[in-house]
Amino acid sequence: MIIFYSVCLVLVILSMLGLLYRVWKGPSVPDRLVALDAIGVMLISAIALFSILFDTPFFIDAILLIAIMSFIGTVSFSKFIERGEIIERGSDR
Amino acid sequence: MDLIADIIIVLLVTAGIVFTIVTVIGILRLPDVYTRAHAASKSATLGVMSLLLGVFLHFWWNEGHFSIQLLLGIAFLFITSPIGGHLMTRAAYMSGVEPTKLTIGDDLKEAVIEHRKESNKNTPDDK
Repeated sequence: MIIFYSVCLVLVILSMLGLLYRVWKGPSVPDRLVALDAIGVMLISAIALFSILFDTPFFIDAILLIAIMSFIGTVSFSKFIERGEIIERGSDR
Repeated sequence: MDLIADIIIVLLVTAGIVFTIVTVIGILRLPDVYTRAHAASKSATLGVMSLLLGVFLHFWWNEGHFSIQLLLGIAFLFITSPIGGHLMTRAAYMSGVEPTKLTIGDDLKEAVIEHRKESNKNTPDDK
């Protein structure tokens, strides 16, 4: 079972490297944003597999934090791409 | 009982890994940002949800630890990932990224032109 989970972890990390290629190469800024969001999701998978491999449930709190932080980052990045500012002062949307 | 639990966990984790690899192939090979967001938001969500469900069952059945945080994480990912995909694709369209040549119809274009015309008519002194 340890070998199976290790192979899964290596596959997830290789997937993150493939997405880093898209972040580096991507022709436009939203391409890089999509790849970064998918990297956040795969980081969650990697931490779940690490918590099985190290045989401790304490890493699982980090999963929830990384999910929330990744969502906030995605929302603020896409607002920045769309409007050029993150926190709007005016009342007209 | 232990063997059946292990088989179910291995099947769920394998499904998660397969969907993860499909996501990476889609992001690397599809032609423009809209199809890439289509590949990333759907299959990555299903993959990570299946893998987290496998990890949850592993900690529940093999270790005897019922982890509420993992269930909360699964629900949070299920809610927020489609919102994130929608926001990213909308930002890409509004910032003017061209779709690929293979695109057949673009209904949003007329709506965006109409909306810009109307908002310019309502507030003519707005920049």
